[in-house]
Amino acid sequence: MAKFTGVDFLDMDSLLSEEELLVRSSVREFVSEEVLPIIEHHNRAGTFPKELIPPVAELGLLGANIEGYDCAGLNNVAYGLIMQELERGDSGLRSFVSVQGALVMYPIYAFGSEAHREQWLPALAKGEKIGCFGLTEPDFGSNPGGMLTRARKDGNDWVLNGTKMWITNGSISDVAVIWAKNDEGEVEGFLVESDRKGFSSSDVEGKFSLRASVTSELYLEDVRIPEANRLPGCQGLKSALKCLSQARYGIAWGGIGAAMACYDEALRYSQTRIQFDKPIASFQLVQRKLVEMLNEITKAQFMTLQLGRLKDANKVRPAQISLAKRNNVAMALDIAREARDVLGANGICDEYQSGRHMCNLESVKTYEGTHDIHTLIIGHAITGIPAYE
Amino acid sequence: MNFVVCIKRVPDTEARIKIAADGKSIDPTGVQFIPSPYDEFAIEAALLQKEKAGAGEVIAVCLGPAEASGELRKCLAMGADRAIHLKDAHAHRDPASTAAILAKAIGDLSPRMVFFGKSSADHGNSQVGVQVAERLGLPSVSEIVTLEVEGDTAKAHREIEGGVEIVSTSIPAVFTAQKGLNKPRKASLKGIMAAKKKTIEELAYDEAPEGLEIVSLDPPPERQAGRIVGEGADAVPELVRLLREEAKVI
Ligand SMILES: Cc1cc2nc3c(=O)[nH]c(=O)nc-3n(C[C@H](O)[C@H](O)[C@H](O)COP(=O)(O)OP(=O)(O)OC[C@H]3O[C@@H](n4cnc5c(N)ncnc54)[C@H](O)[C@@H]3O)c2cc1C
Repeated sequence: MAKFTGVDFLDMDSLLSEEELLVRSSVREFVSEEVLPIIEHHNRAGTFPKELIPPVAELGLLGANIEGYDCAGLNNVAYGLIMQELERGDSGLRSFVSVQGALVMYPIYAFGSEAHREQWLPALAKGEKIGCFGLTEPDFGSNPGGMLTRARKDGNDWVLNGTKMWITNGSISDVAVIWAKNDEGEVEGFLVESDRKGFSSSDVEGKFSLRASVTSELYLEDVRIPEANRLPGCQGLKSALKCLSQARYGIAWGGIGAAMACYDEALRYSQTRIQFDKPIASFQLVQRKLVEMLNEITKAQFMTLQLGRLKDANKVRPAQISLAKRNNVAMALDIAREARDVLGANGICDEYQSGRHMCNLESVKTYEGTHDIHTLIIGHAITGIPAYE
Repeated sequence: MNFVVCIKRVPDTEARIKIAADGKSIDPTGVQFIPSPYDEFAIEAALLQKEKAGAGEVIAVCLGPAEASGELRKCLAMGADRAIHLKDAHAHRDPASTAAILAKAIGDLSPRMVFFGKSSADHGNSQVGVQVAERLGLPSVSEIVTLEVEGDTAKAHREIEGGVEIVSTSIPAVFTAQKGLNKPRKASLKGIMAAKKKTIEELAYDEAPEGLEIVSLDPPPERQAGRIVGEGADAVPELVRLLREEAKVI
């Protein structure tokens, strides 16, 4: 396969720093050399590419925008470019890195004690420990505030009971960030080590999406943890949503990466596939498809770069992140479907990537706030009227 | 103890090259640039030698346009300690004057080992490394695929037609790297962050391009359409005949 050189129709590179370009090129090479050669095999087998954890950690991709604690301390644009390049490989791999960094390391960094940070962040950055984030439950997805999981205070301990569903990295985790309601009905965050008595998990089977990622159900049956395992800086559900903002920001960039992979594949294919004695790229209908793809990718790039600059200036609002997550994942899914179409019958086989991206993106559209929930968040922001219930 | 590596900024080998209006240079619009791929083996070799020696500095040197600071920054991110940028206002420079400028800058560093790629991915003259060695009065070994150092002696393997040549030389010496010498490391994010604090020193020089001039650049001829000579075993004799008589490849 020809080397991937990115999509940059309007010279966005001229707006990136030397450091941001270097980060992107390191991750791009890593994905081309080490992810793409093995990803179809894992996707077909439904296995997570564990062998990628050491090189991912060595490059510094876990918690890359965290300062200190053996983390790289990059700005948010460089972090976003990492997500873009990883998802150019596979949404499942990007999900692994997002969860570890934005949903596990970030809450430990932002809401944990100094002891939590020192105990967990370097080990999580080195990939020696894996984490997961347990918010969703079987009966509470878009509405996590209704969660049933409970944390009962018992002396100096907490006793947790409940079930978490659709948890990325669940069964391969050493530590779970679990969100549960206390006796007063307020949401608290806890660090639950997976070897605690009463903690168990099982994997979701039969997925047609994110097959190279682990998705699990977590069961907490009278899991006893000390008060020291509570994240002291949490302020209710709002803190859980802050984690989601971090992750959604990365997903917005990730969508661009998946879209680029599909566009690149469709473009190359259309230039070599001959029908009616010509490359199919010579037909107007095919050109239009390619142009629409490029058009949407280019718009998403500039919107998301601006989002990153706002985040770096500490000026980003959650509804702005919703705008980019909503737009970029939907456009990536549309592009994946259209690319699949350009590939004809070949598009339904996993020798080509577009079908895999298409299936993966169905999950990405749903998790971290479904497309429609983001519509409601943005609607709320512009009208001042909440329309969730 | 200095380990010097020279790198060149070249168009990405995947880039679609268009010839500029002057007919003798390439149009850089939309072209991504990279350190010449063979130079990456040279960088890795320099880093490995410094690590093995447990002392000294890796110094990356580039004669190239202002934008080549990006390629030097990459060397720093991979682990080079500092860099020297010889800014070149000329779009093209012939190998002899390139070597003269580099030799002067490198000579001042009293290097223990100097590494180059075996040739650059753009013009591919394969001259600069050996010319620099000559100017510095150092031995040079080109296109090495292995390198071992014991004391002040280096042993290198070179791939030659039909075999391997094993060469031994005293060091200081100059080496040019062939593919396979090592696996160049990727710049880690920490390396990239650390590189921000390292210096790229700009050195002045005066040496006009001389001698060689590019008269014109022509794109390679369009590839001819293929031809199917027949199907199955029956087609084999005709295929063999054509390969022998027309294509003259067997
Ligand atoms: C592969 C994968 C990995 C995941 N990883 C994690 C993880 O690591 N941690 C975690 O906590 N969760 C995780 N999730 C869960 C994910 O966040 C939820 O699936 C998501 O929040 C949606 O919840 P739900 O599936 O229950 O759908 P529901 O909330 O039941 O929604 C179903 C449909 O109803 C619509 N809908 C719901 N409410 C409204 C409304 N008010 N107005 C209009 N439409 C509405 C939705 O938009 C959607 O179309 C993961 C999910 C997947 C698929």
